[in-house]
Amino acid sequence: MSATTPPATLAALPLGDDALILSHRLGEWAGHAPVLEEEVALANIALDLLGQARALYAELADVLGSEDEIAYLREERAFLNCQLVEQPNGDFAHTVVRQLFFSTYQQPLYAQLTPSLPLAAKAVREVAYHRDHAEQWTLRLGDGTEESHARTQRAVDALWRYTGELFRPVEGVDARWEELEEEWDTGIRAVLGQAGLTVPDSPRHGAWSAGAGRQGVHTEPFGRMLAEMQHLHRSHPGATW
Amino acid sequence: MVTGHLAQGPTAGSRSRSPSRSFAELAGAVPDPELPVVTLAELGVLRRVTEPEPGHVLVELTPTYTGCPAIEAMSTDIEQALREAGAERVEVRTVLTPPWSSDDITEEGRRKLAAYGIAPPREGARTRGPVLVGLSPTHRVRAGSREEQGPASDPGPGPVHCPHCGSAETTELSRFSSTACKALRRCESCREPFDHFKEV
Repeated sequence: MSATTPPATLAALPLGDDALILSHRLGEWAGHAPVLEEEVALANIALDLLGQARALYAELADVLGSEDEIAYLREERAFLNCQLVEQPNGDFAHTVVRQLFFSTYQQPLYAQLTPSLPLAAKAVREVAYHRDHAEQWTLRLGDGTEESHARTQRAVDALWRYTGELFRPVEGVDARWEELEEEWDTGIRAVLGQAGLTVPDSPRHGAWSAGAGRQGVHTEPFGRMLAEMQHLHRSHPGATW
Repeated sequence: MVTGHLAQGPTAGSRSRSPSRSFAELAGAVPDPELPVVTLAELGVLRRVTEPEPGHVLVELTPTYTGCPAIEAMSTDIEQALREAGAERVEVRTVLTPPWSSDDITEEGRRKLAAYGIAPPREGARTRGPVLVGLSPTHRVRAGSREEQGPASDPGPGPVHCPHCGSAETTELSRFSSTACKALRRCESCREPFDHFKEV
């Protein structure tokens, strides 16, 4: 995209990639979720996110081509999603904590973008349900058995380093980033505190933190995920049903 | 069909549209593909039907949820209904603003949903927003408890009634059900599970 690309178009790619990649990760639970209700819930959240990605990619049709081209024919370095959403599902606690961290970020972000992004006003109401779902599970797992508590704490500790990236300004996204981070921090501390979990004292920013996804630099598991996600489309170009 | 119409061009031979039923009414009467008991007009997803030029019908449709897969089936069904009524070209556009709210479901739509066994959404979603459970030690909230009713100053949306027996004693089993727009609940009086159209 050139320097003359309008901001709304610049914003569509990183936000759309966040939604698509997390949608695909959640979809990997199909057939593997711990209970049927949860399988359905994860698939529903994935579907909402896929809808977001499609609406955002549609804004890019003139610049990058069709939805399918954008999703299935770009190389790893062209994806601008944050590194948090590409992290593997791990155990159920990992998936729940990843969702908690992301939805607690996406909801106030979309709320801020409501005036400028047509999708935001609609998606923010759906994301409220995603966030609520992740909060309920964090409480049950953190305040559950010794095993569920330990696993959830492990997930919080492992994913913490990917959360600083969420608040680094993104080109084209007209958000109040500091305010967003404060809101996230308050929300997350409230949930973790009530769940009996410890907020990591490691930094989210600086030398030990992770995250250059917005610049197209991704973690090792992402390439494998992308290969699986794009395999069918690349093997049968132009196929329809 | 009056034989005299046969000479009138490409629409000849198709079923003629009764003058009393406009394209908007016909599009609005198309049943929802996933909840065939309600029409698109009753669901509140049909935003605008115009005829920018004779024979060319432009339909604006809004999805209930962003990822709703039914939107493609809706478009196909609308196109078919309008073509059968004589439209030569049907264009269905998806619009996102203003966003659809469960408040857009008509009274008649709510009544039909309840009769079909789906608890209709409680009103006031557009001003109050989604009805969240709020932080609590378990995911289940007793019907009519404080969490579901909101703070004292706000009377809240009230309980979800069982569509089978009418009881207000119902419990949420799962936030997400057979589709993104519904939650799964159980009635504590008649013990029947049922779907609840979520407030959004």
